[in-house]
Amino acid sequence: MTTVLFSVAGAVAVAAAVLVVVSRRIVHAALWLVVALGAVAGCFGALHAEFVALVQILVYVGAIVVLVLFALMLTKAPTNPLPELTTGRSPFAAVVAAVLALILGAGVVLAFGNEKIEPVTGGSATAIGTQVFKNWVLPFEVLSVLLLAALIGAIALSQRKKED
Amino acid sequence: MPLILPLLLAVVLFCIGVYGVLARRNVITMLMSFELMLNAVNLNLVAFDAWRVDEATGQTLAIFVITLAAAEIGLGLAIVLLLFRGHGHVDADAARDLVERP
Repeated sequence: MTTVLFSVAGAVAVAAAVLVVVSRRIVHAALWLVVALGAVAGCFGALHAEFVALVQILVYVGAIVVLVLFALMLTKAPTNPLPELTTGRSPFAAVVAAVLALILGAGVVLAFGNEKIEPVTGGSATAIGTQVFKNWVLPFEVLSVLLLAALIGAIALSQRKKED
Repeated sequence: MPLILPLLLAVVLFCIGVYGVLARRNVITMLMSFELMLNAVNLNLVAFDAWRVDEATGQTLAIFVITLAAAEIGLGLAIVLLLFRGHGHVDADAARDLVERP
């Protein structure tokens, strides 16, 4: 059952991700990103990582994509199709991506081809909260400082200079 | 569920992200491809967490990666807006201020 769910969500994720990178309209690409990230959240749910799935929807779909859409608006991104959105290098990029996929895929299949995931339920907020505040306290604090630094950096960067 | 299924999905998503970063010209679409790659990493972390039945270590790391992605996109978009304000475009190929002229 979870395998079927995972496969469906994974297929949706791959299709939407392809549309994100080939779509000729920037805003459409951003909206396909919503579908891709939501489908990945579905994959997390099928792997019994419910809390990660919820955080994925909250942070990615709720915050990051909205931020991207705001940036598109602020940079006056055109809504009509742009053929020049993809560079002339795209065939080379496709070759690089395909070779990388082959190498990584072969490695993964050779290393983990016969392993199975047992269906367990360990993805509750309780388990993750225990883990964060038991074993990962220092990374958690460092991460909060990093978020603060990123916030200050973003504000400092986007501030207009007084003399302009 | 075979472990190979989420791992292969992560490989495919990562390589789609690599293609997007290399082939796209608009910086914002490149940042979207970064998000796809980070999602592939998260999928790997969650899959290995489900495989090694331990106390949600991989999922904790996935949460950390999501937080890092939020910080990254915030700073990245601030830089993109700065680029737009200075040049009037967000074209990665045309931003050649640091190019080394022979």
